[in-house]
Amino acid sequence: MIAILDYGAGNTGSVRKAVKYLGYSAEPADSPESVEAATKLIFPGQGHFGTMMKSLHDRRLLEPLRRWLRAGRPFLGICLGLQVLYEGSDEAPDVPGLKIFCGRVRRFENVFKVPQVGWNQIEICRESRILAGIPTGSYAYFCHSYVAPVMDGSVAVTEYGQKFTSVVEKSALWAVQFHPEKSGDVGVQVLQNFLSL
Amino acid sequence: MVKGVRFLELRDAGDPSELADAYNRQGADELVLLDISASREGRATLMETVNQVASRLFIPLTVGGGIRTLDDARRLLSSGADKISVNTSAVESPALIEEIASRFGSQAVVVAIDARRKRVDSRASNEESTHPSPKAAWTVTTHGGSRETALDACEWAERVESLGAGEILLTSMDTDGVQTGFDCELTAAVAGRVRIPVIASGGAGEPRHFAEVFLKGHADAALAASIFHFGQYSLPDLKSYLRQEGIPVRVI
Repeated sequence: MIAILDYGAGNTGSVRKAVKYLGYSAEPADSPESVEAATKLIFPGQGHFGTMMKSLHDRRLLEPLRRWLRAGRPFLGICLGLQVLYEGSDEAPDVPGLKIFCGRVRRFENVFKVPQVGWNQIEICRESRILAGIPTGSYAYFCHSYVAPVMDGSVAVTEYGQKFTSVVEKSALWAVQFHPEKSGDVGVQVLQNFLSL
Repeated sequence: MVKGVRFLELRDAGDPSELADAYNRQGADELVLLDISASREGRATLMETVNQVASRLFIPLTVGGGIRTLDDARRLLSSGADKISVNTSAVESPALIEEIASRFGSQAVVVAIDARRKRVDSRASNEESTHPSPKAAWTVTTHGGSRETALDACEWAERVESLGAGEILLTSMDTDGVQTGFDCELTAAVAGRVRIPVIASGGAGEPRHFAEVFLKGHADAALAASIFHFGQYSLPDLKSYLRQEGIPVRVI
């Protein structure tokens, strides 16, 4: 069973629709038990970093999530689901992240329009199963004010005033800053790549 | 970042799933589903249409028409809309913008502004000969353009941004339906006052008009209505034309 982590703020509905469109079934997971029972986990992000961490804690989802990631089980993070994997975010300076990756998530600098809302290109830095069939320079749909740094685990980067990580990978863990459920054929391909693993 | 081309679709224009597939093939960047009669006749937007479109079309979907309460917004968002467009109800009750933005985030709130150029009366035009021409100004209209308000379009744009709107869908009621080009002056005036994306609407008749509204009007996106669906220009043609003109667009 594919679980879509439901912490009360994420865009679970549209992710679920896209998964269903691809012929898979996914259920929202809002309890430790439903996370444990899953074979794959999608973390759909939307909202505020601090509110999200609090909500994960309140729903007792934080520990199951840490265990999941430690065990290297298949994981796809979307938007805030990518940012949560870092040490922390300037959006909520006192709230620690999950620390899978080094570095902090910071607010966009040197751009007039924040958030970035719209289509932008991904520049693929190295081969990854999650981007199979997707050429570098493809467009994806972004909606965010905070960005993760470019680092070794970056599979793709995107430029908006500055370069940031748009796709990251660590064994069976992937995360994308854009919204695959809103990125047309490119996004559907990303989801398909994850679901068919 | 690219300039977006969005499709406007009015309800009852056809089978929603067929429409969704058509937009996907054409490469629309976003879809705006508007029930224009809702505000006028008090009808609610069909959630089922939203649900069907959102189950097959994986690009951002904005839904507008007759959204008066937070609960209306919630129902549409849970049916599959990504953004809610409010117009008349936002003018009548600006707090609605704040309510939807704080509950669902600014990215979910589009404020539609229907603007009409202020007429310069005869006395003012006489003065024009001796004084510099008065600065162009636009009035906000509601109920599908049938009612004038006392609001200035640029001031209202600033206000809705401060209330938490994530985007402005700006329609010129002077050029809407005329196909003689967007009101680039209006678009530039509003785009220069806010930091949120401005989507220009009203007046598109040929590809050149889109280039103009991006270059002169500083629009972040432009709305194309059914002219591209049934007319002589296709969306892929429009996008390759814009790319030739040096405007960054998503070509699939």
